[in-house]
Amino acid sequence: MTVAVSVENLSVVYDDFRALDAASVQVEAGESFGLVGESGSGKSTLLRAIAGLAPVSEGTIRVQGRELRGARRDKAFYRAVQMVFQDPYGSLHPRQTIDRQLMEPLAIHGISDGERRILKALDEVGLGSGFRFRYPHQLSGGQRQRVAVARALILEPSILLLDEPTSALDASVQAEVLNLLEQVRRDRKLTFVMVSHDLGVVTHMCDRLAVMQEGRVVERLTSADLVAGRIAEDYTRNLMVASKGFRRVAETA
Amino acid sequence: MSLATETRPLTRREWLLSDRPQSRLQARLGRAYMTWRRFSANRLAVVGLLILLGLCFVAAFADLLAPHSPVIGNLAGARLLSPGSEGYLLGTDDQGRDILSRLIHGSRLTLAVVVLVAVIAAPVGLIVGAVAGYAGGWIDAILMRITDIFLAFPKLVLALAFVAALGPGIENAVIAIAITSWPPYARIARAETLTLRNSDYIAAVRLMGASPARIVFRHVIPMCMSSLIVRVTLDMAGIILTAAGLGFLGLGAQPPLPEWGAMIASGRRFILDQWWVATMPGIAILIVSLGFNLLGDGLRDALDPRESGQ
Repeated sequence: MTVAVSVENLSVVYDDFRALDAASVQVEAGESFGLVGESGSGKSTLLRAIAGLAPVSEGTIRVQGRELRGARRDKAFYRAVQMVFQDPYGSLHPRQTIDRQLMEPLAIHGISDGERRILKALDEVGLGSGFRFRYPHQLSGGQRQRVAVARALILEPSILLLDEPTSALDASVQAEVLNLLEQVRRDRKLTFVMVSHDLGVVTHMCDRLAVMQEGRVVERLTSADLVAGRIAEDYTRNLMVASKGFRRVAETA
Repeated sequence: MSLATETRPLTRREWLLSDRPQSRLQARLGRAYMTWRRFSANRLAVVGLLILLGLCFVAAFADLLAPHSPVIGNLAGARLLSPGSEGYLLGTDDQGRDILSRLIHGSRLTLAVVVLVAVIAAPVGLIVGAVAGYAGGWIDAILMRITDIFLAFPKLVLALAFVAALGPGIENAVIAIAITSWPPYARIARAETLTLRNSDYIAAVRLMGASPARIVFRHVIPMCMSSLIVRVTLDMAGIILTAAGLGFLGLGAQPPLPEWGAMIASGRRFILDQWWVATMPGIAILIVSLGFNLLGDGLRDALDPRESGQ
């Protein structure tokens, strides 16, 4: 198995705050890798650092064997790695139609068959061409997130970074979007790096996961380990209890 | 296909307000129509728009509308006639020139000043502000300190100094006003850009591999436009007054150009006995300034990005 994304001893420092403290993860090609932890544990920062959106102070990031320096990325990187953001209300340009937002990456990379690709991308995320000329405010949260997925896929990347792609959506829509992501991963043999605070989502979606706390990776385990309760760290156990406790309350209510 | 034939044809209004536009053009027109509906709901704003359309109309057809020459008067028979005199609706000035004709021709100068200042100052401010806000760091520091320097000068005094250096004349007045009016636009554009630059949709564009220039010009600047348009429109009244002020001081338009501020200045000498000579251009300035202010208020409601989401 080849390594798709390799992060070693990565630190991200904002002024005095250490958002990421010597974190290391290895994501293999074709797998779905989860990053879990409470708010502020640095999981999103790790993802943004890979994408070049966070200031890296130490450590190395390698994507498909190539080392990335600083926040600079070349066009080949953007064609290989794309990201879906947490908040579908904030990740689409409010003044541009869906058509224009999907056209933009194609225009940047000088891809000519835009017409076909846009229709295909919309079709793939289950939106159809009727949505093509709408503005984001004419779409629901789930539809917006589908557009965000379509936009990420339109450059045909091999690695998709998912920053809590469903946490801003309500439960029924969450399942739809997760199924969509599963589907495109299978169809396109994508590598996923997925951030979530929801252990249920991560065990459902991911093969392996890393548990993060205060900017450090405290434990790495497989989803099967997590389900079977083979957990070494107290923090992971607490996280699991918290997530289960929440579920029980939700069921009885 | 049978579905399409069964549904009755859409009215034009329904076509514009459609939730699912079928083409780029329809989406754009629909959006423009929504903006127009918000704008036209404000009656006073429509009044402001009509005033300005009237100004444009008068300026365009000044030669046809003006009953007399704006520069050649009747010194022998028509000096300082009061309003309502035979053939001189708004009276005449000390050189026997019809004030109405001079106002009509002066509308061209006013419009030219306003348009030129807007065309020079607004893009400069917008680009400086957006680039400073998006780039950050030392680029931001340098651009904004330059802006601060220009902001620190009193507007009219800097304009005066410029006109004094370059010589009086309407073109120099325009340059002088433009130079002093871009810094506020840069501030607005920078403030807007700062709120946008860390948003997810800009990050998403960056992740597509867009160059900084592309991000600024295609994604950031369109978001700054609405607040800038509102601000420029509201500033227009001030620009007209500054231009009139320069004209009044003899540093703007030179005689015999029928510039409204210069007309007030020349009427000042007779203000007690022949009040209309100074008052008529004053009223014209008032109406046009009011028109711009009303329009700006309406645009603020119509273009507010926070409301246009719904």
